[in-house]
Amino acid sequence: MSDSVAPPRSVVARPSLLELFRAFAIVSVSGFGGALPWARRMIVDQRGWMTAEEFNEAFALSQFLPGPNVVNFSVVFGSRFGGAAGAAVALAGLMGPPLIIVTILAFLYAQFGELEMLSRILAGITAAAVGLLIAVVAKMAAPLFRKRWDWAPLIAIAAFVGVAIMQWPLPLVFAVLAPISIALAWVWR
Amino acid sequence: MGVAVNENPLIPLFGYFALLSLFAVGGANAAIPEMHRIAVDVMHWMNDRQFADSFAIAQISPGPNIIIVTLIGYHVAGLAGAAVATVAMCGPTCVFAFLVARTWDHFKEARWRIAIQAGLVPVSLGLIGASAFVLARSADHNIYAALITAATAIVAFATRVNPLWLFAIGAVFGLSGWL
Repeated sequence: MSDSVAPPRSVVARPSLLELFRAFAIVSVSGFGGALPWARRMIVDQRGWMTAEEFNEAFALSQFLPGPNVVNFSVVFGSRFGGAAGAAVALAGLMGPPLIIVTILAFLYAQFGELEMLSRILAGITAAAVGLLIAVVAKMAAPLFRKRWDWAPLIAIAAFVGVAIMQWPLPLVFAVLAPISIALAWVWR
Repeated sequence: MGVAVNENPLIPLFGYFALLSLFAVGGANAAIPEMHRIAVDVMHWMNDRQFADSFAIAQISPGPNIIIVTLIGYHVAGLAGAAVATVAMCGPTCVFAFLVARTWDHFKEARWRIAIQAGLVPVSLGLIGASAFVLARSADHNIYAALITAATAIVAFATRVNPLWLFAIGAVFGLSGWL
């Protein structure tokens, strides 16, 4: 890939590759339960690398791309400031430290996973984590279901039923519903 | 994806996660049911409890929650499995994100772009809802666990408490042996 990326309009500061790596490494180890708030704080509030609007646009793009949002965001952000190298460096910063930590945890789990005490603790954390996920769903659903009548809740319910109740493969459900949903968004908008 | 039944588990590990990554609109949370279906039901890499434990460990680890694939990979084939699963899950989507990022800004006002963005929101919402359902079914074995889930959901929805506190409370209840 060439590195002819147009700089964004209102760059306050242009991070070097090392700064990119450091920033995303800090975001990743701070980001318990979602790195997004930390990424925003770092990029908009602390470093001034993007305005709030630029951040929202870049993140909206990351959100609808397949794959983890924050991982996509690191690639989108890194490529904007440093082309392919910037994307790679931001991604390495984001994934490196958590990968080391989680590999150690995986090793410990493999050694001690059968311990009664550990499995009890994890069962409690899982129950709470599922509750957190339900809260995220509720927050996302609120604006969608609040409109009077709309096609969007039907699509959401169909995706839910297909995957959770019918237990159809995700690629199948996605391949059927995504085009329908996009077509409806096109017609109704 | 032609995944041959092979002695080497790295091949299906890579194939499944690379394929899955391309449909995971909404991130790790949207892909949980499919991961569960493959790892537990189809490939029998782990049992239900081990899957739920992996989810819990991914949640309490810093960084993106997609790191659950690293744990699944490690469980299946050690360090090599961890590396292969992580690369498979992040590689294709990162390349895709990189390519799209370069052209996307040119189409800011385009109607098709707006339609794609608006159209994918409800799909990903439904998928994440399905994740919550599948996880609740494997995590909430009894009424106490279900109560912790419900209480956490209400607190997290209504307040801005740091989730780590909620996890800590869950851990204490778990340790008490009620779950």
